[in-house]
Amino acid sequence: MTTTAQEAAVRAVGTGHVRVEGRDKVTGAARYAGDIPFTELAYGWLVLSTVVRGRIRDIASGPVLEMPGVVAVLDHRNAPRLETDYVSLLGRPDPTCAVFQHDAVPHLGWPVALVVAQTPEQAREAAEALVVEYEPLPHDIEFTGDHPDSYPVDGHMPGVTDKGDQEAELAASAAVVDEEYTTPEEHHHPMEPHAATARWEDGRLEVVDSNQGATWVVGELANLFSLDPASIRVRSEHVGGGFGSKGVRAHQVAAVMAATVLQRPVRVALTRPQMFALAGHRSPTVQRVRLGADTEGRLRALDHRSVSRTSKVYEFVEASAGVARVMYDAAAHHTENRVVRRDVPSPTFMRGPGEAPGAFALESALDELAEKCGIDPIELRLRNEPDKGPVSGLPFATRNLRACFEEGARRFGWAQRDPRPGVRRDGRWLLGTGTAAASFPAGAAPSTAAITAEADGRFTVRIAATDIGTGARTALTLVAADALDVAPERVTVRIGDSEFGFAMIAGGSMGTRSWSMAVIAAARDLRERLVPGMAIPAEGITVRSDTTAQIAALANMERHSYGAQFAEAAVDPATGEVRVRRMLGIFAAGRIVNPLTARSQFTGGMTWGISMALHEEAVRDPAFGGPVGADLAGYHVATNADVPRIEADWVDDTDPDDPVGIKGIGEVAIVGAAAAIANAVWHATGVRHRSLPIRPSRVLTAGSDA
Amino acid sequence: MGLSTSSVITLHVNGEKHTLPVDHRTTLLDALRERLDLTGTKKGCDQGQCGACTVLVDGRRTVACLQLAVAAEGREITTIEGVADGDRLHPVQQAFIDLDGYQCGYCTPGQICSAIGMLAEHAAGWPSAASGDIRPAVGPTPLTPEEIRERMSGNLCRCSAYTSIVEAVARAAEADASSAARVPEQSGEAAV
Repeated sequence: MTTTAQEAAVRAVGTGHVRVEGRDKVTGAARYAGDIPFTELAYGWLVLSTVVRGRIRDIASGPVLEMPGVVAVLDHRNAPRLETDYVSLLGRPDPTCAVFQHDAVPHLGWPVALVVAQTPEQAREAAEALVVEYEPLPHDIEFTGDHPDSYPVDGHMPGVTDKGDQEAELAASAAVVDEEYTTPEEHHHPMEPHAATARWEDGRLEVVDSNQGATWVVGELANLFSLDPASIRVRSEHVGGGFGSKGVRAHQVAAVMAATVLQRPVRVALTRPQMFALAGHRSPTVQRVRLGADTEGRLRALDHRSVSRTSKVYEFVEASAGVARVMYDAAAHHTENRVVRRDVPSPTFMRGPGEAPGAFALESALDELAEKCGIDPIELRLRNEPDKGPVSGLPFATRNLRACFEEGARRFGWAQRDPRPGVRRDGRWLLGTGTAAASFPAGAAPSTAAITAEADGRFTVRIAATDIGTGARTALTLVAADALDVAPERVTVRIGDSEFGFAMIAGGSMGTRSWSMAVIAAARDLRERLVPGMAIPAEGITVRSDTTAQIAALANMERHSYGAQFAEAAVDPATGEVRVRRMLGIFAAGRIVNPLTARSQFTGGMTWGISMALHEEAVRDPAFGGPVGADLAGYHVATNADVPRIEADWVDDTDPDDPVGIKGIGEVAIVGAAAAIANAVWHATGVRHRSLPIRPSRVLTAGSDA
Repeated sequence: MGLSTSSVITLHVNGEKHTLPVDHRTTLLDALRERLDLTGTKKGCDQGQCGACTVLVDGRRTVACLQLAVAAEGREITTIEGVADGDRLHPVQQAFIDLDGYQCGYCTPGQICSAIGMLAEHAAGWPSAASGDIRPAVGPTPLTPEEIRERMSGNLCRCSAYTSIVEAVARAAEADASSAARVPEQSGEAAV
């Protein structure tokens, strides 16, 4: 073809577009990791430890190898050796993924063997028949906020920040809140269990996988197996949810081991119960928040200390106190993230890591302070809006929290709210409303992208992005269309393939922002190459971008998304049941690329807030060391009947100095949502709930000690 | 022992007959996915708790993970691959696209099959826990959002697209009550 004057007069970004892969998803044509057929496929089934702590004495693989269809049993005695002494994108690897390297068992559900058979039925039966003998050792999973073994940890942020004199400012304060808040162990549970198929072909390792970053997984596997990254290809076109749990885990490593040993394709999928041990989780937290304010509600002291729990093999900190470093300033300002190591599986990043539990504590405490000061909770927050980063001292790129509260208050009908608790009834229900603020960092990381101007007039974008349900693939189609100045129908975006080069993972609310930078950069260069009237060769014209330098050049600022959460709760004091009747979230989250899918992501995050506030709780038994009822009947997530009318919308949040103006929206909407609901429950009943979830038993016994 | 652990069965799926030997332990879900390459039906929990594997068996919604393949012989099975009329999507499918009734899409086939079965149940006058007065003289229960939420609560969506799913089901029901409640293929007569 020859290039012509570009035709797209209407911008694609900012108007609603249905998902580009929508038809595939509603017809069953979209193939996820466990859906792609392979000839000669063998099925691996992981065997997990049934003791909490100990040593493996023996694994009776002989009788199992005699069972029909069984082709291999891999364990620490015969599995390929792995290298774990390396540092990659997210730090050192969690040794939980380095399976079968020693005879030690550090927690319940530790992978001890992989049984491989011709069919899934044969593999499962053989795995269940495999006798493993252990030498059990004493274990301790007890976790408390005042545990003597806790220590501060620098995770993805410093462990401790401190300025001013807490005790002096608290003593000088007219109103003081000093309370402990707790959140339970929570699990991601994406609907698609982790699954991977590995095979060697022509000297290359191919892995079809469910993950949040194909090139990330390549890097991890290359390190673990001491392979050249160029010899590994990972594909993950469709991923059935991730929420932080889909990095490198035991199933990919076990599949690669088995495919290497057997030289045939092997698929390993986690079962839903296995995910409780092997998919990561959000640590429980115990948080102490102390706030001191003057008579006008202005903070003099802010002290937020969080203790979380990690495993004995991996140090991960749920940095719940980090949110205070962004949200509020005070003359005395102290934040601290500590961990305790116990004999439990390793926790990991889970939607809104740090911010979600942290904002429950901090935004609940703000509500308590508002009550003590006799100031409206929104007014209290607006009086404490900082003009620079409270800890960093850096300027905010944008901070439109005030606009979120003003718009939200108007639409929610906040002005008519009677601040007194426990005075509204609807039949058997006590009614209340609550609010809370939200924030989440808007980071960006280096990525590469390629765009090809095809001979037929279309454009193909290749980027190792991942769409875990965020709508990223559609968003990138719109971003590319605008950057190329063509209609979105002329753009095909291919994702989920490590062959496309390095790109940021779908994590930290950084994906779409980071990938968009790379796509825009490639489009800009491509447009410079395309002269009107020039002939496009059959192979097209391809331009690659790399945003490493652009990201490094970004000014150091406080960059975050913000939001104002509103909830109305109904509480039945006779049964203890809490129902959320309506929610409204107003967000300031940069340029909204696709309003249709963005609204879904916001309301999805707010629904996670309902789930966190009322349902989710993994109760770990101290004797057997695992969660009670480790399945989706025992671990409750919000279902359709739990979710009322939820509205999400946004205010203008333009940053003229930002290269793309896009912020992540995947996580900010869970932040503060649980606090808004808990504050509404207080407003309904007059009783504070400082421990999540607010289950009926807690409602029924609350007030007896309050 | 001499007892056979497998049988040759014939499954009727989306209007086609498939004759195949199956291990007696094979679930309908694994038979569809691993033997017939109908991978649109998803495995979310494999223990009947999430609804991702919902298919229609003789027009009734069924979680395929709790059904043995040998027990499904001779029954009319409709999977997500069989609900569209050729290239023309079922109204529920179209509404899920238009109203964004999904995110990652993994629970979507089960949600759609469940919605189709549910609309048939509602059309047949089946009450739910959300129904008010269900005396026959009162007439059919209106398909309110509360009814849809209650009736769709067997299908978990961890991305939490619930509000859009309710809107999509309502739109499909409104747009064409007869065709939305239509159970595809030849199995409609067994819906009641």
